[in-house]
Amino acid sequence: MTRINSPADLEKFRQGILSSRDSDKLCITLCSGSACQASGSGEVAASLEAEIEKQGLSSKVEIRKTGCHGFCERGPIIVIHPDETCYLQIEPVDIPEIISQTIKEKQVIERLLYSDPVTGKKIVHESEIPFYKNQERLVFGNNLKIDPKSIEDYLAIGGYAALTKALSEMTGEQVLEEVKKSNLRGRGGGGFPAGIKWEGARNAPDATKYVIVNADEGDPGAYMDRSLLEGNPHSILEGLTLGAYAIGAHEGYIYVRQEYPLAVDNVNKAIKTAEELGFLGKNILGSGFDFTIKVHQGAGAFVCGESSALMTALEGRVGEPRPKYIRSNIKGLWDKPSVLNNVETWANVTLIINKGANWFRQYGTEGSRGTKIFSLVGKITNTGLVEVPMGMTLRDIIFKIGGGIPNHKKFKAVQTGGPSGGCIPEELLDLGVDFDALSQAGSMMGSGGMIVLDEDTCMVDVARYFIEFLTDESCGKCVPCREGLRQMLKILTNITIGKGKEGDIELLEELSETAKEAALCALGQSAPNPFLSTLRYFRDEYEAHIKEKRCPALSCKELIAFYIDPEKCQGCGTCLKKCPTDAIIGGKKMIHIVDQEKCTKCGTCFEVCPTKFSAVTKISGVPVPPPVPEEERTVVKKSKEKQ
Amino acid sequence: MSEILLEIDGKEVKAKSGMTILEAARSVGISIPTLCYHEALEPFGSCRLCSVEVEIHGRIKLVAACVYPVAANIVVKTRSAKIDRIRKMILELYLAHAPDSFVLQDLAKEYGADKDRFEKESSFCIHCGLCVRYCAEVKQKNAIGFVDRGARKEICFIPEIAAQECWDCKECFPLCPTEALQAAYVLSQSLFSP
Repeated sequence: MTRINSPADLEKFRQGILSSRDSDKLCITLCSGSACQASGSGEVAASLEAEIEKQGLSSKVEIRKTGCHGFCERGPIIVIHPDETCYLQIEPVDIPEIISQTIKEKQVIERLLYSDPVTGKKIVHESEIPFYKNQERLVFGNNLKIDPKSIEDYLAIGGYAALTKALSEMTGEQVLEEVKKSNLRGRGGGGFPAGIKWEGARNAPDATKYVIVNADEGDPGAYMDRSLLEGNPHSILEGLTLGAYAIGAHEGYIYVRQEYPLAVDNVNKAIKTAEELGFLGKNILGSGFDFTIKVHQGAGAFVCGESSALMTALEGRVGEPRPKYIRSNIKGLWDKPSVLNNVETWANVTLIINKGANWFRQYGTEGSRGTKIFSLVGKITNTGLVEVPMGMTLRDIIFKIGGGIPNHKKFKAVQTGGPSGGCIPEELLDLGVDFDALSQAGSMMGSGGMIVLDEDTCMVDVARYFIEFLTDESCGKCVPCREGLRQMLKILTNITIGKGKEGDIELLEELSETAKEAALCALGQSAPNPFLSTLRYFRDEYEAHIKEKRCPALSCKELIAFYIDPEKCQGCGTCLKKCPTDAIIGGKKMIHIVDQEKCTKCGTCFEVCPTKFSAVTKISGVPVPPPVPEEERTVVKKSKEKQ
Repeated sequence: MSEILLEIDGKEVKAKSGMTILEAARSVGISIPTLCYHEALEPFGSCRLCSVEVEIHGRIKLVAACVYPVAANIVVKTRSAKIDRIRKMILELYLAHAPDSFVLQDLAKEYGADKDRFEKESSFCIHCGLCVRYCAEVKQKNAIGFVDRGARKEICFIPEIAAQECWDCKECFPLCPTEALQAAYVLSQSLFSP
C-alpha cells in the first residue's frame, strides 16, 4: 500500500475507493461478530460464498462480513443492499433460496423477515424493526456497514476524517477544548469527564505521556466494548490517536482481554493497515505528529479493568490496584501521566472531533451528553446491544426496544452497572437513564450492562450471586474487600439456604460500610452495592428469608418444596415418568404425591405438568400438607362426581 | 524539600512534601494503628487500619494514612466514631484468622473488637505482606510471594529459592503479626510436602 502523506492524499485515496465501488451493486452483509459466530454465522458465510460461486454471481454480488449488528437474539442477520432487505436467524439451508429468490428474482422471502410479535406484520428493512427504530446508533451504527478487517471500508464511510481535521486544522489544545466542551464522560464506569482527565495529563510536566484503551470488559453479560472493537476497530484507533495528539502522547496501549480473540485479531490487523497507510507511526499525514499503538493481552482478571490495576498489569506486574491519591493522569503507567478510557469513550472522541461538540451535545441530558450502548440481557425478549440517547427511560429501553419480558412473566427489576452495580425496581421504570440518575437510584452506569430480572428471580439470591462473583474476582490485597466480601458471601448464602438469623441484615450493613469507606479501590468500594440496592428496594424479601424461611420468588431451592395439588392432579403420570430421582409416588388414575425425602427440587415435575392441570406447585415458608391417605388417591372425574 | 503545614487532631503539624500523613503524625507523637506498615518497606496500604478522616475543600473522606501524601491545609482526624467503627470491624475480620495474635488482641481491646464475631478461618495469615515485601525489598530474594487472588490468596515460599535462602535467614518470621506461626508453617510445608 502507498503511504498517505497529506490530507489531499487521503482525499484522493478515498475518492479512488468510492469510484471503484458501484453503489448499485448487490451487497450481502452478514453479521460476523462473536455472538453471531456462536449462532452459526461462520457456516452461513461459507454456504453463502459457495452458493454465489455455484450460481455464477461472483462478479455481481459482493459479500461483506460485518461486525455485530446488536440484535443478537435473532442472529445471524443478513442485509441485502441497496434495498436493505433484512433476513433474521439465517441458517445455511436458507441460502440457496435467498440467492435464487431475492438476489436473482428480487422476491422477498416472507418467512425470513422480522414479524411483529403483536400485529404479526412483516418488516422488510432492518432500520424499521422496532428494536432498531427506537435506537440512536451514533457510535454503533457503522458496525453494520463495514468489514472490520478492511481499512478501505472504514475510509469509504469517511474514516480518519476526524484525525485529518485535527492534524491539519486544529492544535492539540483545540482538540482537548472540543472534548471538554462536549462534556463527554467516561463510558467505562465512573463517568469522569474525559476532557478534565485529559487536561490534567496535558498540563503534567513530564514529557513522556501515555494514552490507553481499556478493553478489559469483564462484567457478566456485557459485550458492547467487545463488539465495537471487533466491528469497528479503526474508530477506536482514530479516537486514541486524537487523544494522544490532544495531550501530547506518542505511545498508546490497548489492553484487551485474551478471551476476546476476534477483537485481538481485528485490532491487530487494523493497527497494521493503519501503519501501512500512515495513520499511525512517524509523521502522521505529514503533520509531524508521531504515534504508535501496542496491543497488550490481559490474562482475564476482572480487577484489571480498574485503571490502576490495569496499568500495573501493563507494566508486567501482578494486576493489583494501587492507591490513587495521586491520579493516574499525573502519575500513571510507569509513573508517567496516562489517560485511560474505555473502548466506547474513545469511539465517541472520533465522533466529537468529526462533527463537533455542539452536535454531540444535542444528544442526551444536561449532565450526561451523547448516547450509551447497553448490553440488554437476562429475561428479555430481544437480547442484544442497544444504543440510546442518555435520558431514555428504562421502560422504553426494556419494553419498546427490548420487547418486554418473555413467557408472559412480570418484570421485577433491572440490574445495571455490572457486578458492583445495583438493582432498580419496577416503580423506577420511568427513570431516565444517565450517569447521575442511576447513581441516585443506588445503582450505576458502569460500562452499560443491563440484566433484566423477572418475577421468578429471588433478589437475595441475585445479591449473593454478584457478591460471589466479586469475592472470586477481588485481588485480595485489602481487608475490607477480601475479608469483608468473604463474610458477606457466607451470610448471604446462609440466608438463601434458610440459615439466616436476626441481626444478619445489620451485620451486612456494617460490612458494607467498611468496604465502601475503607477499601483500597473502586472494586472494593462498590462491591456492597448488589446487597445495598436489593436491600433498599426488596427488604421484605430479606426479611421473609430470615424470619419465615420463605423465598417469595419461590426460587431458593432450600426454602421451597414441590407439592402436587390433589384437587388438580389427574394422575396422567407425566411427572412420574420424568422425575429423575423417582421421587413421585403414583399410579394409573391415582393422585400423585411428591416424596419430599427423595425430591432434589430439580423442578422437572413443575415444568412437565400439563398446563391444563397445573397441579404441581411450589410452596415456601409453610409446611408441606400431609399426603392424601392411600385409599383416597383414586382420581375422580368431576363430571362423574356430580352423578 | 518544601515545608507543608497541616492540622492533625487539632494540632498544627509541619511536614515535608512527599511525606505521608502517617509519617507526619508519628513525627509529632500522634499514633495511628498499623499492621502492614514497616519503616523499611514501601507503604502497601492493605490493612486499612490506618484509615483516617481528611477534610479537603470542605469534603471529608476516609483515606489510608500510610499512603496518603500530606498536602497544605488539610485537616486530619485520627479518631472518630466512624473511624473507630471501621477499625473495630477490620480487627474482627482479622481475628477470625488469628485470634491468638498479641498485636491483634491489644488492638481489639482498644477498639472493643469481639474476636468471636466471625466464624474462625483455617489460615492464620492476615495478608499484611510484611514477609513477602521484606524478602523482596530488603533481602531481594523473593523467596516468598502471594499466590492466587481474592479470598483464596495465600502466602507461599518458592521451594527452589527457600531451600537455599531461608534456613539461615528467617528474618521475616518476627515481622509476622500473627506470631510467625503462619510463616513457619508455610515454609515447612513447602519444603517437606511440596
